[in-house]
Amino acid sequence: MDCKEEAVDLMHTYLDGDITKEEEDTLRKHLEHCEDCQKHFHELNRTVTLLQTKDEMKAPKDFTKQVLQQLPAEKKHMKYTRWLRSHPILTAAAVFVLFFMGSLVSAWSEENKLVVSKEEHLIIEGDTVIVPEGETVSGDLVVKNGKLIIDGIVDGNVTLINSMLVEDIDETGLLASAGEVNGELKNVDQMFEWVWYNIKQTFHDVFSFKTIQ
Amino acid sequence: MDMLMIQEKINQVKKGDQSAYEDVVNHFQHRIYHHCYRMIGNVHEAEELAQEAFIRAYVNIHSFDNNRKFSTWLYRIATNVTIDRLRKKKPDFYLDAEIPHADGLDMYTQLPNDDRLPDEEVEGLELKRYIYQEISNLSPIYRTIIILRYLEEFSLKEISEILDIPLGTVKTRIHRARETLRKKLRNV
Repeated sequence: MDCKEEAVDLMHTYLDGDITKEEEDTLRKHLEHCEDCQKHFHELNRTVTLLQTKDEMKAPKDFTKQVLQQLPAEKKHMKYTRWLRSHPILTAAAVFVLFFMGSLVSAWSEENKLVVSKEEHLIIEGDTVIVPEGETVSGDLVVKNGKLIIDGIVDGNVTLINSMLVEDIDETGLLASAGEVNGELKNVDQMFEWVWYNIKQTFHDVFSFKTIQ
Repeated sequence: MDMLMIQEKINQVKKGDQSAYEDVVNHFQHRIYHHCYRMIGNVHEAEELAQEAFIRAYVNIHSFDNNRKFSTWLYRIATNVTIDRLRKKKPDFYLDAEIPHADGLDMYTQLPNDDRLPDEEVEGLELKRYIYQEISNLSPIYRTIIILRYLEEFSLKEISEILDIPLGTVKTRIHRARETLRKKLRNV
């Protein structure tokens, strides 16, 4: 059967979708006359149809998990980078808190010296600040890292940071506050309170327009 | 997930992001697992081989060329992993293995005409099983090509990329495989 080899080649070319118009004509003409090739062609077509039976199969349930567990460990920085990328707001908040804490801590540790918000009408002896008798300090008074004795009058709030208010003891042996504070007296001597005070102060500065004026 | 999203995930994996690979595995797991199963014919080995393929793809992700199709590349790895395994199993012979020095002759032509005639009434599942059995009897080379072409519907060009062989070789092999199967299936 000499016809076969050539015809079968054409059949496969046809099945591959590569056949030209002329080749197809040649094959068709041959098939009209050759029963063997007809049979062959029919069997090939049928084989292909049988092979194309569709079936679906799913991987086991925890397949992906199993694969991921066996992957080599990823570089550590990637974990952080990915976390930061997927939580932009938290990242921004974290960065903010970090900077904020940082500046506060440095502010706290740098300022071990006596600081007084104003010096008018005040006597300063070493680390002791005295509001002398008969004097009136107008406005708020802040004392850091020192002692404060009020014999006169403070016309405003008094804030003691890491400081102590020293009360005079008069002749009767009773505590007498000779001086007067016409406002709030606050004592801040813990890191936490100091932080809190700063936050309040910041908000106060930001939101109180009067301060700006 | 479309091609572009896969591409994007692959880029993330290349940068070292392991979690992006989870999506890639999720997307291809069923196809790759099924491919391995078709080749090896055993669920446990198929699972093991498919896992191995995904791990190898991850480890070698930098050698993947972004201008190519990822699925093709992945199938190539899965196919190689599976063929390696099949070779290690070393079966005595495959029916369509070529006999040295007998060009074009294979063992089928030396067997008397098919004596394993299936029932005229083979239906549905049984028929499928029978067909699958006949595919499995092919040597790995021809089995792979039939699976890729007819069960997984890759184009001849894609198959040549997956197997890294010239298009002409793909055609020659597919012709031979079709002829072999024609003889086995003509009485079904």
